[in-house]
Amino acid sequence: MRVAFPFSAIVGQEQMKLALLIATVDPSVGGVLVLGDRGTGKSTVVRALPALLPMMKAVEGCRYGCDPSANGTRCDECQARALHVARGRLPVTDKRVPVVDLPLGATEDRVVGALDIEKALRNGEKAFEPGLLARAHRGFLYVDEVNLLEDHLVDLLLDVAQTGENVVERDGVSIRHPARFVLVGSGNPEEGDLRPQLLDRFGLSVEVRSSDEVAMRVEVIRRRDAYERDSAAFLAHWEPADEAVRARILAARKKLPTVHVPDAVLHRAVQLCVDLGTDGVRGELTVLRAARAAAALDGAKMVTDAHVQQVAPMALRHRLRRNVLDDGGSGTRVARAITAVYGPV
Amino acid sequence: MVAAPATGTAPVDSSISRARAAAAMSVFAVVGDRIGGIVLRDTSAGAQEWIAALRLRLPAAMRIFRLPASATDDRIFGGLDLAATIATGKPVAERGVLADADGGVVVIPLVERMPVATQARLGAVIDTGTAQVLRDGVNAQFDARFALIVIDESDEEMWGVAAPLRDRLALVLDGDVRLDESLLPTAAVVARARARVADVSADDEVFRGLGGLCVAFGIASDRAARYALWTARALAALDARDDVEEDDVALAVQLVLAPRATRMPPPEDEKTAPPPADGEPAPPPEDGEAAPPPPPPPPAATHEAEPPPPADDTPPPHESQPEPPNDGQLEDRLIDAVSAALPPELLAALLARAQRPSQEMGRAGAEKESWTRGRQVAARRGKPDGVRRLHVLETLRTAAPWQRARARVRAEQGQPVRSLIVERDDFRIRRYVERAGTSVIFVVDASGSAAAQRLGEAKGAVEALLAESYARRDRVSLIAFRGTTADVLLPPTRALARARKLLASLPGGGGTPLAAAIDASITAGVSARRAGTLPVIVFLTDGRANVARDGKGGRAESMRDVLDAATTFRASDLSAVLIDTSPRPEPMARKVAEALGARYVPLPVVDARSIAGAIALARETR
Repeated sequence: MRVAFPFSAIVGQEQMKLALLIATVDPSVGGVLVLGDRGTGKSTVVRALPALLPMMKAVEGCRYGCDPSANGTRCDECQARALHVARGRLPVTDKRVPVVDLPLGATEDRVVGALDIEKALRNGEKAFEPGLLARAHRGFLYVDEVNLLEDHLVDLLLDVAQTGENVVERDGVSIRHPARFVLVGSGNPEEGDLRPQLLDRFGLSVEVRSSDEVAMRVEVIRRRDAYERDSAAFLAHWEPADEAVRARILAARKKLPTVHVPDAVLHRAVQLCVDLGTDGVRGELTVLRAARAAAALDGAKMVTDAHVQQVAPMALRHRLRRNVLDDGGSGTRVARAITAVYGPV
Repeated sequence: MVAAPATGTAPVDSSISRARAAAAMSVFAVVGDRIGGIVLRDTSAGAQEWIAALRLRLPAAMRIFRLPASATDDRIFGGLDLAATIATGKPVAERGVLADADGGVVVIPLVERMPVATQARLGAVIDTGTAQVLRDGVNAQFDARFALIVIDESDEEMWGVAAPLRDRLALVLDGDVRLDESLLPTAAVVARARARVADVSADDEVFRGLGGLCVAFGIASDRAARYALWTARALAALDARDDVEEDDVALAVQLVLAPRATRMPPPEDEKTAPPPADGEPAPPPEDGEAAPPPPPPPPAATHEAEPPPPADDTPPPHESQPEPPNDGQLEDRLIDAVSAALPPELLAALLARAQRPSQEMGRAGAEKESWTRGRQVAARRGKPDGVRRLHVLETLRTAAPWQRARARVRAEQGQPVRSLIVERDDFRIRRYVERAGTSVIFVVDASGSAAAQRLGEAKGAVEALLAESYARRDRVSLIAFRGTTADVLLPPTRALARARKLLASLPGGGGTPLAAAIDASITAGVSARRAGTLPVIVFLTDGRANVARDGKGGRAESMRDVLDAATTFRASDLSAVLIDTSPRPEPMARKVAEALGARYVPLPVVDARSIAGAIALARETR
């Protein structure tokens, strides 16, 4: 496989990039759904993540890549090991943030994991062979054409994404392991709508369109061509820009716990959700979390109305009551509500 | 005109089409593996000849692999090697055709028979150059870079090649793929061009031109421009040049961008970006490897598409106004007007939205899962019973890796060791999807409230939709409601002509017994479902009910009955579309649509001038 197109070299698609950066800073916002025209670089953005994201600390030798500091939510093996080392300090190693592709047509055993056949044969040992969900732990699980994925697999993914834990009961194996990942789904609504249950289990939703600005389109073609012709030189050229993004992510993660949300800002954000009639509190929570992450990415100490306005469309668009008329209209409805609450731009 | 996006029906000058087919092949031979490949839309044997001619021009190392559309996923992408797995006692991966074809050419005939999800996976393989196998105990990755030829023999209005794959194939030959062999390069020329193509340079003008054209023609995919660039490079390389010239770009645009256009470029003076050179979209023929012909009549536009780009090298004619009607009925003209205003393939789009997700859309009917009949899909774990049948091969495949271990365990336990030990967890059952035909039930409001004019338009809309249904081989039935009752005018049928005739003679006037109509549609919908088809109900009404179920008037009672009927409707889980026929989107209609759980669509506002003009003319000629 060739090296991925660098994140910073992607022209436009600011909404999608922001959504993924927010999910990187605070994975608890939930998954990211990307809908839009074909050939507009949805996959390119996702595939650029592994090279972009800062390395993470992981327990050495842990096959799930557990977080050494997450006592209590690590896998059973790590929890058990921790009892036998000094002060529970497990050995630590650097690991790339996993970005795992789930291809259409993958069978369930490969996704959730199954009995390790080779080990079973060689040693007569009932060992668990982790699947894609384990590989995606602490990273991203990407499903392109998510609306074409078989229903039972989608249900399974959503279930695990929500609980953060994968429970396997098959082939005589009974095991559970942590599987916290950001589910990124992309698709083109023309191939069939997503089920509503699926829709609002994604934290953020962005629409991707190609630009109508000639200059931007030209730049897209030019960069793509430069990359295809000499990818090594192209990567080297963009590495400093990627490095800057990396630094921004690290700074934002550090900053996130201290970002303050003033009451007035919170009130207006809630007002916005009420005006839009979003169901439940999930919408409000997502707006709040996403706005904090956006503020952290800005290096700000406080969330402002501007941050809320920046993230509200992606956090709320897919939570509006089903408007049977169209899918494109929900963005407009959010924009209208924003104007109503915050005044014209 | 929108109504007739001549899909290969308008015969292009055959010498031009043959030159185009030759140019496409030359490009394919040089950069086919860099630009995804080509779609041959052809129902004759022309595609076979095309491939035979290609074979003579490809480098010897590029082999051609045929991949039947019915091939199973493990044969295509790779899977578990059953024999080797049993022999070695551990899972052994087997390469699929795509991995075998690495560095070669893959041909898929009858691509319309290949499931959409499989086509989408193929698209992903083209993107990454890798076939990923994650099934049956195998995790493997194989290099799979190839040039793809898909042969699409589906009927003219519909694409058999699914959109996710279509976007990844740069070239399209629609209709006549026969080519002028005298214009083809020799194998030596192709080999030389392949060696130099990556070094062909393109200047800024070229980039600007391609970017500008993508915007002007409404092409969203950035892949298209990338592909056009490689196509231009290939043309330059075939001509033994190191720089892309205008003519290369012009021909590349015709081959790659024109078939993807979704709108006409704005008139000259509004153009946002001038094309790279004067007369860009279609320059006069040149003496090159192949004479650049004008763009072909583009293939059927996708349903969001607008008029296709011009089919000749004159500037696009900007006359989309309807031609003055000479004789005939007002009705006919309204029908024309509405047909013209309805986006093409509206029904397909509506149905796609009305139906459940993750089923195949936009083709002849949706698919539903079945245990007994239909097209076979991946087997699932389960227990066979009266209905679910055991998939012997898949079961064997699942059991295979375990044989040695099980034999050992049994021997240790002193049990007799059989030659094959299958346990319950191994059982795989057959699963099929069957193509459920769609049954479209039109429920037409013929009451007085639907003002005469709108009734005409509603009929026009139904006619347009009927034509689509016909193309999709749906069954249609017709329920009309006016006065105090709703009547089934036409039981489910494929006889379009009858539906049309009935519709034309449908009188208007009287009250609006909408609740009765909804009740009737439930009966019709449920019985259509019982007949094994997938019912989709299309209401055409303004939603202003004024006759209750008991036949008495009164808006309040009527609406209460409507909402009551709608609740039952919704509970019956029927897919529905409500087309609002009121002059202006009507809140009541929207409310009814919501209650029904139906998609709400206001009838497109027809170009006011054309209707007014039509009415005026009809009055004068009367």
